[in-house]
Amino acid sequence: MRSPSSSDNVSPLVEIRALTKAYVRGKQSVEVLHGIDLDIPEGDFIALMGPSGSGKTTLLNLIGGLDSPSGGVLRIDGDRIEEHSSDELAAWRAATVGFIFQSYNLMPVLTAQKNVELPLLLTDMTGSQRARRASVALELVGLADRASHKPNELSGGQQQRVAIARALVSDPRILICDEPTGDLDRKTADEILGLLQRLNREFGKTIVMVTHDPKAAEYARRVVHLDKGTLVDEAAH
Amino acid sequence: MRRRTDGRVSVIAKYLPLVLSALLRKKTRTAFTLVSLMMAFLLIGLLQAVNSVISGGAEFLGANRMITQAKTSFTQPLPMRLLPQIAAVPGVEFVSHSQFFGGVYQDARNFFPQFAVNPQRLYDTYPEWVLPEAQRRAFISTQDGAIAGKLLAEKHGWKVGDIIPLNSFIWTKTDGSRIWEWRLVGIFDGRDEEWSKRASLMYLNYAQFDEARVAGARGLAGVFVVRVADPMQSEKIAAQIDKRFENSADETKTQSEQEFQLGFLKQLGNIGFILNAISGAVFFTILILTGYTMSQAVRERVPELAVLKCLGFTDRSVLGLVLAESLTLCVLGALAGMVMATIIPPLVLPPEFPIRATADVWLFSAGAVVVLATAVGLPPAVHAMRIRIVDALAGR
Repeated sequence: MRSPSSSDNVSPLVEIRALTKAYVRGKQSVEVLHGIDLDIPEGDFIALMGPSGSGKTTLLNLIGGLDSPSGGVLRIDGDRIEEHSSDELAAWRAATVGFIFQSYNLMPVLTAQKNVELPLLLTDMTGSQRARRASVALELVGLADRASHKPNELSGGQQQRVAIARALVSDPRILICDEPTGDLDRKTADEILGLLQRLNREFGKTIVMVTHDPKAAEYARRVVHLDKGTLVDEAAH
Repeated sequence: MRRRTDGRVSVIAKYLPLVLSALLRKKTRTAFTLVSLMMAFLLIGLLQAVNSVISGGAEFLGANRMITQAKTSFTQPLPMRLLPQIAAVPGVEFVSHSQFFGGVYQDARNFFPQFAVNPQRLYDTYPEWVLPEAQRRAFISTQDGAIAGKLLAEKHGWKVGDIIPLNSFIWTKTDGSRIWEWRLVGIFDGRDEEWSKRASLMYLNYAQFDEARVAGARGLAGVFVVRVADPMQSEKIAAQIDKRFENSADETKTQSEQEFQLGFLKQLGNIGFILNAISGAVFFTILILTGYTMSQAVRERVPELAVLKCLGFTDRSVLGLVLAESLTLCVLGALAGMVMATIIPPLVLPPEFPIRATADVWLFSAGAVVVLATAVGLPPAVHAMRIRIVDALAGR
């Protein structure tokens, strides 16, 4: 299935062709993605929906370079990332992708500031440059006054904002969000989704988000449905 | 080179907070592990300090001096008539004789070694001891004279002219008494710092000792001290001495003074082996304890380590972080233990017990830390390196 928003003249940022993924369970190989075709242009905000086991998180992990496909082509900004070695993929992730998880996955012993600085440890920045950059990211998500707080001193919504700041701090082109509001109440979820929408609209971040929540999906520009490892439906907002 | 060093420093400065934060994740557990490491290295440091004294402590002894003892044991005396025969062996410069006295001054806790010697022969064979000329002469001419090392005299507040009563647990006088009174006629010191540190023994005039002891024991010497002109010939001369008394009633065993001292200590058993065995047991115990702690710490942090990989940390950098964590933990604990092992002995031991955590002991401990950190850090580090991000994040 080709995306209606893709253009024949401009290459999409994410280009997926006949993508398959199989897991070996014991002696059996179980294919969870069956030849996915999908284009995601730069600046898109796409919600991946579908029932449990439909393969949406697997597809998200492949786009984020966290796992390798079993077959097909996965080209991001013209780069076939499935051909990268483990180290190359790590460097690519550091430069290109920011991750936001359902359970925030912050380092519990580090302050919000230090959590946000983590991805910058992989750069050549000095300590003060890292600190300045992290402060800007925290300010962007509205948590400048919570920089010295540890995760257990923050609410769920605040922790997710810190996670968003950490994802943003290295200025990646793609944000990968796995159920980013799954652990939050409606009001807080709307605030987080509004923030993601702002990052997409104002800063041009390409966002790929897995969600079960139809209300969350409404914040995306388009929604792609998967079922049993196949794209079954697509709708634009 | 400078640039590379600066680079390493900046990498350490960059990642150290991350390493420390991992250690501080469970403060109580880390504190207990650090205390265990500290106690283990305190023990290892002290044991190795003792071992160092035993195995290397006699190195100051002269290579031109040998001890001739009875072949069966140094506790078996030799007849004094052997002395001129030993002196006649080519290459022998001086010979003296020495008999362990085994006296107790006031209280058994005050024990210090005393030897009955011929004063002039002592001076000939031990030029390392120095004392004023008048006192040298007084020791030769005073039948019940004794000289004491400076450290010993200072410890007990003795001065020349004092009468020192010693209760010998070996030698009985002809009158049945074991109390021997000795007139202190001189106080000797070492000719250099090394010998000064050992000036805590006492020499007694053999003439008085031999005359006053029970008749059956007279005319016997414990060992002979043989000074040779050329240390390179020591081995050959020792063989000649022993050959001279071969198949006689008084077979001898001649060896360097250093070997004799070590042999003396080894009468108590192979102390070096025992100390190393205890150190090994302590090391093994701390290895298991710290290894379990590190493995547990990494198991608890699998999702966090997976997140680091998500952010772009390579498998090798995650391996390096866990190894750095293990090294930091072991170094901090060992450092605290070794500092204590260095500070405590001089505070609690008298100066004549030269048990010190020397540079050799620190070097040994540094090696032990590297082995420990690698052994306890490598298995969890490899586990962390092999974490598959998607499995870890999914809780598999």
